[in-house]
Amino acid sequence: MPYTADKPPLAETPEQLRARIPGWGADLDPADRPSYPREVRGLETGAHWDLPEQQQERQPRERSIEHARLTPVFGTSVPLKGLSGVVRRFAYQRFSEGRAAHWLLLIGADRVDAVESHLASFATTRPDNPVTETGVLAEPSHHPLRSRAGRVDVRHQVLDPLVVVGPWVLSGVVIYRGVRAVVRQARSWGP
Amino acid sequence: MRAMVYRGPYKIRVEEKDLPRVEHPNDAIVRVTTAAICGSDLHLYHGLMPDTRVGSTFGHEFVGVVHDIGPSVRNLAVGDRVMVPFNIYCGTCFFCARGLYSNCHNVNPNATAVGGIYGYSHTTGGYDGGQAEYVRVPFADVGPTIVPDWMDEEDAVLCTDALATGYFGAQLADIVEGDVVVVFGAGPVGLFAARSAWLMGAGRVIVVDHLDDRLEMARTFAYAETVNFTQHKDIVVEMKRTTGWLGADRVIDAVGAEADGNLLQHVTGAKLKLQGGSPIALNWAIDSVRKGGTVSVMGAYGPIFSAVKFGDAMNKGLTLRMNQAPVKRQWPRLFEHMRSGYLKPNDIVTHRIPLEHIAEGYHIFSAKLDGCIKPLVVPGAA
Ligand SMILES: NC(=O)c1ccc[n+]([C@@H]2O[C@H](COP(=O)([O-])OP(=O)(O)OC[C@H]3O[C@@H](n4cnc5c(N)ncnc54)[C@H](O)[C@@H]3O)[C@@H](O)[C@H]2O)c1
Ligand SMILES: [Zn+2]
Ligand SMILES: [Zn+2]
Repeated sequence: MPYTADKPPLAETPEQLRARIPGWGADLDPADRPSYPREVRGLETGAHWDLPEQQQERQPRERSIEHARLTPVFGTSVPLKGLSGVVRRFAYQRFSEGRAAHWLLLIGADRVDAVESHLASFATTRPDNPVTETGVLAEPSHHPLRSRAGRVDVRHQVLDPLVVVGPWVLSGVVIYRGVRAVVRQARSWGP
Repeated sequence: MRAMVYRGPYKIRVEEKDLPRVEHPNDAIVRVTTAAICGSDLHLYHGLMPDTRVGSTFGHEFVGVVHDIGPSVRNLAVGDRVMVPFNIYCGTCFFCARGLYSNCHNVNPNATAVGGIYGYSHTTGGYDGGQAEYVRVPFADVGPTIVPDWMDEEDAVLCTDALATGYFGAQLADIVEGDVVVVFGAGPVGLFAARSAWLMGAGRVIVVDHLDDRLEMARTFAYAETVNFTQHKDIVVEMKRTTGWLGADRVIDAVGAEADGNLLQHVTGAKLKLQGGSPIALNWAIDSVRKGGTVSVMGAYGPIFSAVKFGDAMNKGLTLRMNQAPVKRQWPRLFEHMRSGYLKPNDIVTHRIPLEHIAEGYHIFSAKLDGCIKPLVVPGAA
């Protein structure tokens, strides 16, 4: 057994490996590896500026307080809105990336966003549809049982529906409470 | 235009969205011809990545045709067929100047700890992605490359992330001739990492997963030995046994935040979001590598703390190396390998899904139905 200076001999010689595997050893020399060393100066990037021009900030853009400035370029997908937007803005303004609160607030805001957005969708011509949006309609035609045989992740896949249905149940509760409150208000204003 | 849109965890749909517009002088607008779904997208889809907003469009692997350009774009013209690395980067900041393209400081206001990525939540900059008919491509003179004539469209898509990432992961493992290399995860990244380990002269490559279709691909595509971790009471002991009780010289984590194999870790990390992901495979890597060995982490984790076995890593004197892949740096050499016939990336593509059916596509890939290993998305095909 081991505990000697050499590791157990390999089953195949380099010649055998080279014969069996296309390209074996083509990058044996680290100098041929594009990310060796990982940091190098003087690569040609195609950039023709020292500092990129600033992208126009059409509406106030949230940013990490670990940045000294708004970055020259930024994404403009889905600006902050609603209650989730309030929580997100607070997370960015108050806590650095080094603080767990920053990320936990952002994760919390994601859940709020899901509920808010489901509710809002009911006021549109295209309400959320959990059946089509989860893609489960693909199940019957894609070997649902055979595909899952002998897998460890099947044990927690029972939790997945909970994650999906959770926001729906929550939305339901919120709507129910809201309606009940409105009805009560209306009654208490009655004669 | 038609675009995939996130509606909350496990829910997406295709919507009509405004065409993206040039927002910066060096932007291009690209009409997407083929996109892909990545294992990373599953972290978003499952609601694991902080600040993933309802209404955003995913997709960081795509090729297409230049549809419009901003006034300062010099290296591309309308009509060019381009492949776009998943990194958004400026080319000149402190980090880009050193080749750390995936760590650019000028593109992500939301976080300094991560660079810019297409369609990958606001935590990577709040950009919409390429699982759509059109996408905004910032720094058009820096990221995109014209697809070489000889290159197949599907191969080009795989170069924008999975292949480049696997190849980069093998490089970070510091492989020397004759090394025993273990790869956890037989998804696209793991398969390409295993295949790349041979290019660097590995003496033995072992791939670990629990999905038999993927392990089969690891044997045929990546020429690797395979181990199904469900068939061993303790995978770490099996890794020791098979390496003469020393441990592997190099281990690559190609699993990331949603690793299975330990119910407690999986549920706290991936389902309840109490950790920045479940570090099961990373911990297996730390325990399976030999003392003084290297662990290369390609698997992605969230920004919150994860229960990683740091003490073992320290006591074993390990080198831990990791990063998001700087994709474009890999291309010239990867293209040579492809031309030499060493690599045929689209051998691992199993599904081609019209954009209109992308909700089903995500479900099939996420639940790993039907032997799905790599799904491509084709706009306008329905
Ligand atoms: N660093 C980068 O630049 C970069 C780029 C792309 C992807 N990624 C990350 O790499 C990881 C893999 O990506 P992919 O597209 O191949 O994803 P994937 O989901 O297709 O593959 C992950 C594989 O890991 C397997 N697995 C789960 N638990 C395991 C365990 N404990 N041990 C061994 N295998 C296990 C799964 O069965 C699956 O086959 C993801 O975390 C992704 O986010 C990183
Ligand atoms: Zn990816
Ligand atoms: Zn930069």
